[in-house]
Amino acid sequence: MDGPPVLELRNVEAAYGAIRALHGLSLSLGPGEVVALLGPNGAGKTTTLRVISGLLRPVRGQVLYRGREISGRPPALIARMGIIQCPEGRQVFKNLTVRENLILGGYRLGDPDRERRNLERVLTLFPMLKERLRQPAGLLSGGQQQMLAIARALMADPEILLLDEPSLGLAPRVVEEVFEALAQLKAQGLTMLIVEQNAEKALELADRAYVLEAGRMVLADTASRLRENPDLIRIYLGR
Amino acid sequence: MHAAGSLEFWIQQLINALGLGSQYALMAVGLAMVFAVMRLINFAHGTVMMASAYIGLLLLQAGMPFPLVALGAIAGAAALGVLMERIAYRPVRGASDVALLLNSFAVAVLLENLAIMLFSPRSRPFPMPALLTRVFHPGGNLFLPSIHLWAFGGALLALSGLALFVTRTRLGLAMRAAAENPVAAQLLGIEIGKVTVLAFAIGSAMAGLAVLFWTAHVGTINPGMGFEPVLKAFVACVIGGFGTIQGAVLGGYLLGALEIVLQGLLPSGIVGYRDAMVYGILILILLVRPGGILGYLEAERV
Repeated sequence: MDGPPVLELRNVEAAYGAIRALHGLSLSLGPGEVVALLGPNGAGKTTTLRVISGLLRPVRGQVLYRGREISGRPPALIARMGIIQCPEGRQVFKNLTVRENLILGGYRLGDPDRERRNLERVLTLFPMLKERLRQPAGLLSGGQQQMLAIARALMADPEILLLDEPSLGLAPRVVEEVFEALAQLKAQGLTMLIVEQNAEKALELADRAYVLEAGRMVLADTASRLRENPDLIRIYLGR
Repeated sequence: MHAAGSLEFWIQQLINALGLGSQYALMAVGLAMVFAVMRLINFAHGTVMMASAYIGLLLLQAGMPFPLVALGAIAGAAALGVLMERIAYRPVRGASDVALLLNSFAVAVLLENLAIMLFSPRSRPFPMPALLTRVFHPGGNLFLPSIHLWAFGGALLALSGLALFVTRTRLGLAMRAAAENPVAAQLLGIEIGKVTVLAFAIGSAMAGLAVLFWTAHVGTINPGMGFEPVLKAFVACVIGGFGTIQGAVLGGYLLGALEIVLQGLLPSGIVGYRDAMVYGILILILLVRPGGILGYLEAERV
């Protein structure tokens, strides 16, 4: 990690009603870093992203963006700062056209010039969206919707991209395509925090990874070392 | 009267249906927009129309020329819609749908009683300029009330403007996005509160426009006048498919056509049951298409 972290969680505790989901989680994300958040279902990975995006207010602890406390801020404000989440299950606006979805991605910028530039860029990254700009997003296949969801997030020129399960429910060939695109984004220097079930793919892409279990951090290391770590295989992959 | 079934009869029905349907469509759009962004059936929508009519009357009595009266009534409706959202709905955002619904009844009762206190419960004449009350005779036994022309032209302009707004502007797109998936919309920086206020302002302005035509028809206004329009708007939304602008417009024109045709075709002995029949047909539509006519989109998505 070079330089001070862009994003930092300090002892974050979060709960859904009486049910604790995070028990004092701390993690950090450096500029240009790609960090994977791994762990079984219910480990608190999605909850962590919800806390960062402001969708869930932490019970205790802090979320710092470039050293400034952001926990408790409304989600729209956090997004406007440049922390853009591409939520689980794609969640494209199905009644809107592909183009309308993309335009809304640039909502926080409100700058037609940047909008045009970004549109060109994401269409280069996902060329298949180009022929479908006028189609309602609901008519796209699952894989296409995932690419649209990522493209939409990129339209915002994110400072940090939070990705929740980008490979969920996709055919292996499509997973390859998605991760190739993510690798390109990494090469361009984009800071990313990725929640992923597919640990192998995530560790191929990431610089570092955290492994969560039942709301606690159980492992934190570089991706290359974790790829070889038998503990990870036992805890996480279960084989 | 025309012989039922003659071409002239049907042309007359078409004229009347377009005139009435335009009013219903304008009324229904506001209800649909508010429902889309906050899942609230805003029963106070009719009271906004009532209040807007009184604002118009006050401006008229103050000696304002009619175009300014009309603009004032529309702007007043929009302002009232925004105020209502701020005072009655925003503080309870996130509460259950039932709580919101009860709040909307409370707002309606409150405003209606306020109007009774201020203006007495009696009906008051609302003198309309000749431009709105004239009736043309384009030939044969046809009647073309100018109010139908105004209503149709007004609805065409206002609804086209709305269509452009929600498909061509950043804010309009944001409103549709927030209606479909508020969480995903917020994650892009769209503020739900801002979009909600906008829906109230635009929807109430449309209602303010509609009530001008409604009042020109009836000739008088009274504090309880909002009930029937909000009921019509509600039925229009249900017929067309709740929560979409297209559904509200389609439902408004269908409801208008249904009422006019039943009015024209029913023998005079049972024409008093027209509304009962309209609601009977509404139930039939819902049995076949529970989501309303355009509701299939919703059904497919789930």
